[in-house]
Amino acid sequence: MANFVLDESRSEESTKGHLTKILVIWAITSVIGMALVWFVLGPHLPPGTMTDQAQGAQFDIRLVSTLVVPVLFFVWLFFGYSIMKWRVRPGEDPLAPGANISGNSKAQGAWYIITTTLVLGLAAFGTYFLVVPAGAGGAEGSSPIWRPATKNILQVQVIAQQWRFTYRWPQFGGMETTSLELPNNTEIQFNVTSLDVIHDFWAYGLGVKADANPDYNNIAYAKTQQTGKFVVRCDELCGIWHGAMYNYGHVVSQAQFQTWASNMETQNAALTKLLPKYSLTYTPSYSGAGGGYYNTATDPNANL
Amino acid sequence: MAIDFSKETESGSSSGTPGTSGKGIFSPSIITGAVAGGIGYLFGHWMGNAIAGGYPQVIGSGQNDVAICLGYAFAVVGWFAGLGALNYPIKKMLGYEPDFSEPELKPGWTKYFQYTQDHKIVGIQYLFGMLVYFFTAGLLALAIRTELLSPTHHIWGPSTYLEIVGEHGTMMMMMMTSVVLGPFGNFMIPLMIGSKKVAFPRLEAASFWFTPISYVILLSALWQGGFQSGWTSYAPLSIQQGVGQDAYIFGFGLQGLSMVCASTNIVATIINYRAPGMTWNRLNIMGWSMLSLGFTMILSVPVLIDGLYVLTLDRTAQTSMLYGPHGGSSFLWENLFWFFGHPEVYLLAIPGFGMVAEIIPVFARKPIFGYKTSAAGMIGLAVLSFFVWQHHLFQSGMNPDMRPLFMLTTELISIPTGFIYLVGMGTLWKARIRLTVPMLFMLGVYFNFLFGGLTGVYVSDVPINVTVHGSFFVMAHFHYTIMGGVIFAFFGAIYYYTPLVTGFQLNQKWGKIHFWSMMISFNSTFLPLFAVGLLGQPRRVFEYAQRLQTLNDWVSISSYVLGLSLTFFVVTFLWQLVVTRTPAVRNPWGSRSLEWHVDSYPPPQHNFKTVPVVMAGPYEYADLDALPMADIVVENADKDVVRTGGKA
Repeated sequence: MANFVLDESRSEESTKGHLTKILVIWAITSVIGMALVWFVLGPHLPPGTMTDQAQGAQFDIRLVSTLVVPVLFFVWLFFGYSIMKWRVRPGEDPLAPGANISGNSKAQGAWYIITTTLVLGLAAFGTYFLVVPAGAGGAEGSSPIWRPATKNILQVQVIAQQWRFTYRWPQFGGMETTSLELPNNTEIQFNVTSLDVIHDFWAYGLGVKADANPDYNNIAYAKTQQTGKFVVRCDELCGIWHGAMYNYGHVVSQAQFQTWASNMETQNAALTKLLPKYSLTYTPSYSGAGGGYYNTATDPNANL
Repeated sequence: MAIDFSKETESGSSSGTPGTSGKGIFSPSIITGAVAGGIGYLFGHWMGNAIAGGYPQVIGSGQNDVAICLGYAFAVVGWFAGLGALNYPIKKMLGYEPDFSEPELKPGWTKYFQYTQDHKIVGIQYLFGMLVYFFTAGLLALAIRTELLSPTHHIWGPSTYLEIVGEHGTMMMMMMTSVVLGPFGNFMIPLMIGSKKVAFPRLEAASFWFTPISYVILLSALWQGGFQSGWTSYAPLSIQQGVGQDAYIFGFGLQGLSMVCASTNIVATIINYRAPGMTWNRLNIMGWSMLSLGFTMILSVPVLIDGLYVLTLDRTAQTSMLYGPHGGSSFLWENLFWFFGHPEVYLLAIPGFGMVAEIIPVFARKPIFGYKTSAAGMIGLAVLSFFVWQHHLFQSGMNPDMRPLFMLTTELISIPTGFIYLVGMGTLWKARIRLTVPMLFMLGVYFNFLFGGLTGVYVSDVPINVTVHGSFFVMAHFHYTIMGGVIFAFFGAIYYYTPLVTGFQLNQKWGKIHFWSMMISFNSTFLPLFAVGLLGQPRRVFEYAQRLQTLNDWVSISSYVLGLSLTFFVVTFLWQLVVTRTPAVRNPWGSRSLEWHVDSYPPPQHNFKTVPVVMAGPYEYADLDALPMADIVVENADKDVVRTGGKA
């Protein structure tokens, strides 16, 4: 006890002066930072604007990124200021006491209210932008509750198996293709299923993602609004060649799509006959490990 | 005021290997454990072949999971028998009164390789165990980054790459749950609460000795083709896997048992073994974090063990609980796994926060700001962690109207996390901040976790989750929370507690080199990964888009620097413990907390000569009239060195 230098200086310092400095620096840097994120970084943020849903996701990422700036800066500034201002300098008694503050009901109350408001606001924001753009391109399970308003929807079945995606088109005779062409300005319903393990259909540029589960139909919606190329990747670990399970798709004009689809339907007519009847899920045949899914009549292994 | 228990009987005290006998190489130790474990494995394997060798699926595939599983099961029994852990229960069952006349602990290092019930030895065993597990899994991480140097040229090939990914993820996630609880919870909590022992020393010892065999079994997968299903091991992929998956199941399951043992002990110890006067509002924040952690473990881990049991049955007994087309559901595993898995993430965060809140007041010379807020933050995290698990399944095809609910609960987690920030910021306000190495690490936790926490908002927001789920963005997010959080806290705690645990001082300059190199390389490794994820790179791929190579190479090279930084730590740490051995001064940081007020560093076998009577809280650094925390009379206390604030 004898060595203690009674030092009340910390407790006597004005709180207001320090807080004002921090808040002023914070306000200025935050405004600049938020403007930079919104205007400079914002338009380049993923996943782009190829679909209504992608554009919505881009807006969400842009908005959240902008809102993150003041929070990040406040904490940084507070820590930085405290360390610069109140660190023990050479020659000072390292064990002298700081201010005897063990709480502050106003500061704590304000903190609780602000964080709770922010969090509830974010949850409301997220819910709105999930519901309004018909599930925001995310997986809605087998019975979606947020659907597009129109009934004019192109059905695309995504069949995942180790380690490729194929697509079936019930509105085009149930044909199956290995490439994915989509018409522009069209509501699309992806019916995603798997023949073996869990995969994930991630059409990056479309802002669409849905797990492909065996024996389960997982639905996601997107409305195309811009032509171009997009990548489709498997986004759920599905075994050795997971990393190589990707292909590319295109959004093309409606006329081009019609031409492509009717050509494919004709070309594939003979193969389509061998396929099982179009269905939302498929049970692989007895020996169909790896995803064989012939219809029973033509299954070479049906009697095994 | 002090209660003298020096004459108390030694029965049930916290040392030695009671009920063990045998001399020389036959005395129970890690060697006899390994030998008996090996014999157990061979026996179990033989038995499995005898039972299931004729099953059609075994004949057809040449893969007998029953033999492997029974092998592991009997290896565990053999391991514990060889360690001498079963002597006591067997003697009790046979009606003998076990021999408690244990010797005082001998000096020397052999006791660290034995099944011992001294909480401080278990703590040190855990410390070195955790370092070994962390560095093994860290090396695997460097192997991952090496493969990702090029999008097209492969070092490992897809199969080996996924083995490495699975091993890295599983080892980090299962072992690091005990990275603070194991070394510092076990070692410090009895000292902090003024107890001479823990409530269940046998459970505590078992909790440690589960980990080496869990580690060996998990690593054994590498010699058996590994498991290409990641640490989440979603069914049916995990049912499809080779015998390496059985190693995953047993490794993870044993670590689960370890967690149950460790948490039961720590919870019971904190509730029941507090010294007189150690009221709930004087308990160290570390105690609150261990309590929250303990309850979370006890409630979540059994669900994991249940899930692993279901998976084992699907793999061995040909049940079909996890495979849709045969009547089960792959969603069952996803839900069982994440019902454990998400609380588990908080099992990693909470002790890190506890360590931070414990150490910051010492170096701020101030009371902790908002003691109750801090404890409430830990408890809030623990409680909410049980209500968020489906946010991992937002894109799985789960019931769609559950998603707003899980988005809300997930975002609510920001509130108790915010408490931890409020506590840190309030404690630094008008403080006297000493930028020592432990303090730098704790400030590093705040810096890093901020990125982890704020990007948590992105992943919890369902519309944004569509883009970031399963991508490197999520990977960067959780590395910021776990490595940036609890691992930084772990290293800070090592620097903080080494004088107490070993009696040797660590060099501050070397510590600062370690901190700054680790801090910069860690951020340089993981910050760009947010961009990599947003730009479309999924996790666990060995091939990626050409345009992402520059970012990936930057990350890989940064990760090598991070590896070098950690190597620097290992070398300097061991060098100082083995070669230079600079004796520690008493209470070098000037802490008020009880653990520093013991007679010697390392603390004596029974911690305190008398039961301390606690008179004040641990954080009253700025209150000049505060009483010392307890009425401990420390032998040979050097008053010029020890100043703990108040009337110390």
